[in-house]
Amino acid sequence: MSTTLTPVLTANWDQPNSFTLEGYGDYAAARKALTMDPDAVIQAVKDSGLRGRGGAGFPTGMKWGFIPQGDGKPHYLVVNADESEPGTCKDIPLMMANPHSLVEGVIITSYAIRANHAFIYVRGEVLHVIRRLQAAVREAYEKGYLGKDVLGSGYDLELVVHSGAGAYICGEETALLDSLEGYRGQPRLKPPFPAVAGLYASPTVVNNVESVASVPSIIDKGADWFASMGTEKSKGFGIFSLSGHVTRPGQYEAPLGITLRELLDMAGGIRAGHRIKFWTPGGSSTPIFTDEHLDVPLDFEAVGAKGSMLGTRALQIFDETTCVVRTVLRWTEFYAHESCGKCTPCREGTYWLKQVLKRLQAGQGTEEDLSTITDIADNILGRSFCALGDGATSPIHSSVKYFRDEYLKHFEIGGCPFDPKKSTVWGDQ
Amino acid sequence: MSYSPEVRERLERDAKEIIGRYPKTRSALLPLLHLVQSEDGYITDSGQEFCAEMLGLNKAEVVGVATFYTMYKRKPVGEYHVGVCINSLCAVMGGDQIWEELSEHVGVGHDEATADGKVSLERLECNAACDFAPVMMVNWEFFDNQTPDSAKQLVDDLRDGKPVSPTRGPEKLCSFKQASRVLSGLPDELAGEGPSAAGPSLEGLKVAKANGWKAPEA
Repeated sequence: MSTTLTPVLTANWDQPNSFTLEGYGDYAAARKALTMDPDAVIQAVKDSGLRGRGGAGFPTGMKWGFIPQGDGKPHYLVVNADESEPGTCKDIPLMMANPHSLVEGVIITSYAIRANHAFIYVRGEVLHVIRRLQAAVREAYEKGYLGKDVLGSGYDLELVVHSGAGAYICGEETALLDSLEGYRGQPRLKPPFPAVAGLYASPTVVNNVESVASVPSIIDKGADWFASMGTEKSKGFGIFSLSGHVTRPGQYEAPLGITLRELLDMAGGIRAGHRIKFWTPGGSSTPIFTDEHLDVPLDFEAVGAKGSMLGTRALQIFDETTCVVRTVLRWTEFYAHESCGKCTPCREGTYWLKQVLKRLQAGQGTEEDLSTITDIADNILGRSFCALGDGATSPIHSSVKYFRDEYLKHFEIGGCPFDPKKSTVWGDQ
Repeated sequence: MSYSPEVRERLERDAKEIIGRYPKTRSALLPLLHLVQSEDGYITDSGQEFCAEMLGLNKAEVVGVATFYTMYKRKPVGEYHVGVCINSLCAVMGGDQIWEELSEHVGVGHDEATADGKVSLERLECNAACDFAPVMMVNWEFFDNQTPDSAKQLVDDLRDGKPVSPTRGPEKLCSFKQASRVLSGLPDELAGEGPSAAGPSLEGLKVAKANGWKAPEA
């Protein structure tokens, strides 16, 4: 049987009051968790097989288990809600429509890691989402789900919604922590990892929104239930975000391991009269795929085996009207703009990539420029301070691998062979 | 130029409330920068001095942080700050054409405001609404599925003072200063307005319901 959708986090989004406590429920999972031993909560999440939904896929329960206990230091939970990876658009609608799933997840997670202070670091450019979070947190305080003596359990938890100010790099967990401490958001050298020295040099868990929001369902329905979905090493469900040249783009919540072919069937296929050219499995930092990869199971292992990464399941779909060089140029301009400047390979490398790609796209490059961009990318990959630099090289390497001829075509004809109007939403009208 | 005693008293009251939420005071710096931006419409000298004083920092430390983040504006933006996403996906789907036509129509470029101070434009990076491409933002509210014509109409309406509604947001658009206040951590009362989710956000759920697909029972 082919894979079917499994709405859990998205199940109530079509209800007009889904973002209120009334529309969400009474935090049954948090009530249950607070009667459990915190270590049993960690064990349940370990048993579920939940892996980080922010892109890296690190096992969530294991991350929690790294927090030293009985160390006499305060512990912190920081939710990474700085969703900014190009193509990624799952946490924002989740927090807009269902913020209580996150707040309830924060309570359970904080209790498990023995944190009494938690933060939701949300990107600043999403005003209405921030309002919904603020309102959900206020409702939870009013009901005694947050604050002193949560639900009469004797456990105290403060939760702060903290707005960022426009810096992609703050999605990198240590840059996020610096930003939350009131500094420029630049990544820190690891180790020490946040589990040992995170916020205010104290043990800290940094988890993605969707990871934390998935926790209540695991506590409520059980680790086995969660693990019954997905594939052997990539358990559970996740939100797959289809965008671009698709008949019905949107959010499709499915077990990990679903394929793009299956998702496209559900989304009405590529827009009428066109065919798929290339796509990202999980944002612009994941190497692009082509029509060869429609049947790759979208889980951490299978996507990795084909030379890309599952990332954030941000499936940006481009049809045959799209110029791959232009697309890669824009992503590269993005990385150059967002490079924090701390390390030389990323700061200088993204800047020069941008210059050379501009020339290539305008049809003024040479074949040597192709070696230059792959050479620059080789000098960034593995040599930059954080994953942003590595991510910047993914579109370069993968596009040259699959579309070398298209690069060549640009300087053969001395310009871009594509008409940008044809790729627009109104291009067929 | 510094704040009048009345303004200062009000800002101090707000600042103390915000600072009180954090285990260490310096964590309140980003929120306080949003707060002074809600007063002045951009990051002013007085605003930075105020943040420094409230947090026991020197002004250079505050400036060093303020200049890192693109949402802190170094010069006045319009009452309505209009962004057009030009990251790859939105650009390809029409964001580039929207930007070109809109910028020409309004007569200002990236990070520039109109002479009447009503509208400023910005070329935005991805704003996490790719399934609604091409996307625009006004004062950080979503304006989804735009076209060159709808973009020009939107800005004309803003300049004419006509009421404008975000596609996923409150019924009425608030000003840049009001938006900055919410970002500082001081809520307005608009969270209940607007849909839970709309359009593409609901496509997967619609397909699941039409086919009777559900997550397995526990």
